[in-house]
Amino acid sequence: MTKAPKKQKKEVKTTGHSWDGIEELNNPLPRWWLWTFYGCIVFALVYMAAYPAIPLLKEATPGFLGWSTRQDVAKDIKKFDDANKALEEKLVATDLTQVSEDAELYHYATSAGAAVFRTWCIQCHGSGGQGAKGFPNLLDDDWLWGGDVETIYTTVTHGIRSSADDDTRTGEMPAWADVLEPDETKSVIEYVLKLSGQDADQQLAEAGAIVFEDNCAACHGDDGTGDRDLGAPNLTDAIWLYGGDRATITETVTKGRHGVMPNWNARLNDADIRSVTLYVHQLGGGE
Amino acid sequence: MSNSEETPQLYAAREPVFPRRVKGTFRTLKWVIMALTLGVYYIAPWIRWDRGPNLPDQAILIDLANRRFYFFMIEIWPHEFYFVAGLLIMAGLGLFLITSALGRVWCGYTCPQTVWTDLFVTVERWIEGDRNARIRLWRSKWDLHKWRLRITKWVIWFLIAIATGGAWVFYFTDAPTLLHNLLTGQAHPIAYTTIFVLALTTFIFGGFMREQVCIYMCPWPRIQAAMMDEDTLTVAYRSWRGEPRGKRRKGADVEGLGDCIDCNACVNVCPMGIDIRDGQQLACITCALCIDACDDVMDKIGKPRGLIDYIALSDEPLERAGAKPRNIWKHVFRLRTLIYMGLWSAVGLALVVALFIRPDIDVTVAPVRNPTYVVLSDGSVRNTYDVRLLNKHGTDQPFRFSITSEVPLELALEGDDDLTVTVPADSTMLQRVYVTAAKGSPAASADRTPFRLWVEDLSSSDRAYKDTVFNGKVK
Repeated sequence: MTKAPKKQKKEVKTTGHSWDGIEELNNPLPRWWLWTFYGCIVFALVYMAAYPAIPLLKEATPGFLGWSTRQDVAKDIKKFDDANKALEEKLVATDLTQVSEDAELYHYATSAGAAVFRTWCIQCHGSGGQGAKGFPNLLDDDWLWGGDVETIYTTVTHGIRSSADDDTRTGEMPAWADVLEPDETKSVIEYVLKLSGQDADQQLAEAGAIVFEDNCAACHGDDGTGDRDLGAPNLTDAIWLYGGDRATITETVTKGRHGVMPNWNARLNDADIRSVTLYVHQLGGGE
Repeated sequence: MSNSEETPQLYAAREPVFPRRVKGTFRTLKWVIMALTLGVYYIAPWIRWDRGPNLPDQAILIDLANRRFYFFMIEIWPHEFYFVAGLLIMAGLGLFLITSALGRVWCGYTCPQTVWTDLFVTVERWIEGDRNARIRLWRSKWDLHKWRLRITKWVIWFLIAIATGGAWVFYFTDAPTLLHNLLTGQAHPIAYTTIFVLALTTFIFGGFMREQVCIYMCPWPRIQAAMMDEDTLTVAYRSWRGEPRGKRRKGADVEGLGDCIDCNACVNVCPMGIDIRDGQQLACITCALCIDACDDVMDKIGKPRGLIDYIALSDEPLERAGAKPRNIWKHVFRLRTLIYMGLWSAVGLALVVALFIRPDIDVTVAPVRNPTYVVLSDGSVRNTYDVRLLNKHGTDQPFRFSITSEVPLELALEGDDDLTVTVPADSTMLQRVYVTAAKGSPAASADRTPFRLWVEDLSSSDRAYKDTVFNGKVK
């Protein structure tokens, strides 16, 4: 019979280390394991040289491959931009009211619009579009300038009272403290409260009706329902941009209001503006 | 601390193992299990199953691109991933059960590493001969003869390895199409890469690493120690019967010797290169080939079988005292294994029940919480809900919405004048839903009003609902 390869001796050897009579057994590791370990060290050294590794004061060592996450991101962004190019061009060429007919285009526009909204709009209008004091809620059915896609598009493009755009929407609530007598102010406020169905002093409100007709009706209309051409709010409904209580209305009337929305044509391209317009339109308030 | 003069070797080269051919009960069982496991692995992706138009006709398919898992009549969607979790729990409990009852049978019979190594060794034996011939070849110089045998062996190994990696990718896309594409060079690079990587690991693990994968790489042998107890059946040597061992030479005094004739048959057949007579050890995968080898020898020398056998540790004192061991079933069915069986069956039963009560349509409702409500110009309060509709039918289905609540609420859909939407075949759809409470109505001024949102599949009259709440404006 052929002799088998020499077997390791039966008894397990010790490393020779002994502490208080406790000996350390030696079960040798396979040698390939050792070489794998050395291989990993070599790999780590090469990796450190090839990629950004050691943090320095300003930035990490660049690595000879010149790789960076920022480049990867730029590449990814370009890839998606290229992939979306056809849809973007189609969006610009399509009439805004017709976009919803094309399911794929509409899906692209509202998704892209959501991204634009989250980047540029939520600072004032809130991440859910719910607005804040002085910044309109975009979810409700009340619009200062109009809520169909064309009107929203114009508002987003040129802004409101934006000094940088000549086509911007204008119209302003003046500070009536300079014009009205204090008792006139007091009475017109009671009339406005009455208009929206809140508790009001009836006598003062009657006097206020005349003040309203002389001073306010030009913009807010004889019946107080507002005028969208001028951005004058409807005073008869339940929605108030700054607040509908007596104190806030007093502040509004005496000091005036002139909130500003930037003209986004200075920062966004037409496709982005169209996208965000369609996104806002489908938030629940679109007309 | 004291140091001996001799520097100890902390690393050692692998000692090659040349398992000898063996015949017997357990070898036959291993052949059967090898045929079954390899057969299932290679053939399963080629079984067809008609699911109608637009759906794949492959019985077992993991369709990652479309996020579907098909298993014969069962179709799993991503939101039903708990089935996979359940199967994994069952696999875990099943391993607990098997290990606590029968020790490392998974390692010895069904582990892919064992099965493929067994296959590779079989090829090796076929090309290079049995143990002695292989040892001779291993010792011989690298001449033409050796090169020819080695290269033949490696080529066959690599073909098996490629078939192994190749079979894997068929589970992920239509097998006949992919095979055609693979052969014509039109398949996706990922398919080729996967095949290559798996072929390489199969080749190395089955051909060269072998027992070292089990000893140095696999965590399972370590975990298993915690699952075995003194009632677990494991492969063991009846030292009280075999010792003192000794060769039977002509004319030698055999008086006082045990049954073990020290023929090393058990060592020579061992694919792990260990000596079972040293006792239970980490490297033993309990493949039971040593039992076959030893039984063969015992038959030849006219001694009873079972010098090496499946034995429970708790039987050892009984046998040493000359008493009969306990019945094998008493070892297998004990409290611990019964608890595992109970748990395993309970999870399995729950999965089967869940499988059969799955609806064909489903609805999930995510109330929009940013903001929780919106006041409209007429003073009414509106809530918004993102509703996801799921249609598992192979055709487009019209779904109609309705709500039931104790107080008046009004329902409307975004971008839709009536309350019906069409959900495309075999897909989900996101629909924004508005629920409005009139000014001053109970729901408008209550903090939370529960209601139930229904969807009805108009063509099949299947209905599904979700309970959710309406948030009012509280001053």
